[in-house]
Amino acid sequence: MLEFNNVSRTFRGPEGVVSAVKDASFAVASGELVVVQGASGSGKTTLLLMSGGLLKPSNGNVLIDGQNPYELNPNRRSRLRAQKIGFVFQQFYLIPYLNVRDNILAPAGAANTRDDIKSRAAELIQRFKLEHRAKHMPSQLSTGERQRTALARAILNQPSIILADEPTGNLDEKNAEIVLSYLTASVEEGGAVLLVSHDARTTKYATRVLSMDGGEIVS
Amino acid sequence: MRLLHMLIREAFYRRLNSGLEVLAVAIAIASLLGSLTVLRIHDLHTEQMLSVRLAETQARLVELNQAMRKASLKLGFNLLILPEDQNLRDWHTDDYATKYMPEEYVTRLADSGIVTVRHFLPSLRQKLEWPEVKRTIILIGTRGEVPNLHKNPVEPLVQPVPEGTIVLGYELHQSQGIKEGETVRLMGQSFKVHRLHGERGSKDDITAWISLHEAQELLDKGGRINSILALKCMCAVKMEMAKLRESISRILPNTQTIEMGTRAVARAEARLKVKKESIALMKAEKESREQLKAQRERLAALLVPLIVAACAIWIGYLGFVNVKERDVEVGLLRALGYRSGQILFLFLSKSLLIGLAGGVIGSALGFLCGRQLAVVLETGMESSVTGAGAFQPVWLAMALPASVVLTVIAGWIPALLAAQQDPARILKRE
Repeated sequence: MLEFNNVSRTFRGPEGVVSAVKDASFAVASGELVVVQGASGSGKTTLLLMSGGLLKPSNGNVLIDGQNPYELNPNRRSRLRAQKIGFVFQQFYLIPYLNVRDNILAPAGAANTRDDIKSRAAELIQRFKLEHRAKHMPSQLSTGERQRTALARAILNQPSIILADEPTGNLDEKNAEIVLSYLTASVEEGGAVLLVSHDARTTKYATRVLSMDGGEIVS
Repeated sequence: MRLLHMLIREAFYRRLNSGLEVLAVAIAIASLLGSLTVLRIHDLHTEQMLSVRLAETQARLVELNQAMRKASLKLGFNLLILPEDQNLRDWHTDDYATKYMPEEYVTRLADSGIVTVRHFLPSLRQKLEWPEVKRTIILIGTRGEVPNLHKNPVEPLVQPVPEGTIVLGYELHQSQGIKEGETVRLMGQSFKVHRLHGERGSKDDITAWISLHEAQELLDKGGRINSILALKCMCAVKMEMAKLRESISRILPNTQTIEMGTRAVARAEARLKVKKESIALMKAEKESREQLKAQRERLAALLVPLIVAACAIWIGYLGFVNVKERDVEVGLLRALGYRSGQILFLFLSKSLLIGLAGGVIGSALGFLCGRQLAVVLETGMESSVTGAGAFQPVWLAMALPASVVLTVIAGWIPALLAAQQDPARILKRE
């Protein structure tokens, strides 16, 4: 599903070149929920963005379903992202002027929309227990409902892999469990999840845990 | 999820930003259409004013024509009767006849009844040298008028010169220093100066008038005259000039008749004069209106581009604000797989919709404001001028694309910036 082969990423800053990720190599296969743990600034988010085809590595290569997204032109890379990757963020990033249903349907505009996409959205609304909120705007939702909406949006196009950046960071115990159980369910259905977090609660749902420190995967 | 659906939702969600953009477009288009409306109403008003002036002129000409016709009918026309063997070329050259006819012709004509003539003026005239002062003069012997219509006598047009007196033209009395009441000698006879004429700028200035009988004696032409001037002739029966001449020569054998001027000429001259004046008046009015229009066009040519430029800057600024507010949304959409072209489309389509909305509102606003302004600027205007006819549908066809072009150009750079944003940078920052 996802492969990192000796991937490094450097940034040029005011204090010279900074290595955010150093020589990272790992793979996330179907049916795996891999948690990457580490302190702030350890390179977790950079790793996630490179996984999602949003940030080109300085060295090494990233493969999504065997395809290097950075060898594709920007439009094909965007299409690959729309079809193969689902993103979940700590801040949810729901579009404020769209209701729950339309937020869930947002990725459909980027991918080749299937005829049954609306019924798929309805199914997700039901699965994430958002029926009573379908017409509500993000500002009217609770934190847990927002993250469930974001999760439903991430899996609308049935991606190969879900990339989750601190998905439980803003959630209470109960809502964190709900979100993590949905991610686990997705993995059980054959999907793959790469979750970066410093939240210790995530590790008990992980099939594998990677630790990052100073840009390096240390275990 | 269609992009159109998204951009409409976004436009309503950020209604202050969208509203201000629509307002900016509306102001720009309203300034353009308002100017066009004022100028159009100015043209319509000018057309209306000139057509009213034209109608007034035509009515005045018709009225004048009628008045002149009536006046001419009352005035009649003047006839000059000369001896038949008088060479007209000589008469025109010398201004007096060298042939003679009997004095009694005048009474015969007056009694004929074929022509109604108010006044007859028989005269004997000759160019000669005034021997006492050694200079050439025209001597006219006149007996005054011979009125015809005894039943309806009218005030004589020309007073007779009493026997033993003389009337002198301006140049004659001025050059000789002659005063009224003095006695002058002419061809050996003494005449008391009865009257002195003022300057006329014609041969009258070198003319001396004495009584007809004294002139006949001086010139040795007893009972003879060389012209009869018939003044204010009005035919008793409707008669054409040729027939009138024929009739006069039957009554007065061996004479010829000349018409002195015609009614038609006088009428045509008067009409032409009025027409010329009216045309000059209309031309002056048209020029004044054109000058006023040119002033307004210059003002519009200065103000409208300024307003449009200010609005374009305003729209551009609002576009930048919108992009700034939406950078996380753009980052998210890119993460969801939206292509940069789709992001560009999202922003430019919004510009297009705002342009259309602003164009429609601005067109209506511009027309209404322009109309109100024109009512203030144009006085004495009929309400029909500011009606629906003042609006040109082509303006709408022009305003809508113009408003879209304005918003797309002003929104182009912000949209391009949005499309080129690096999603990784935004998401990492957040």
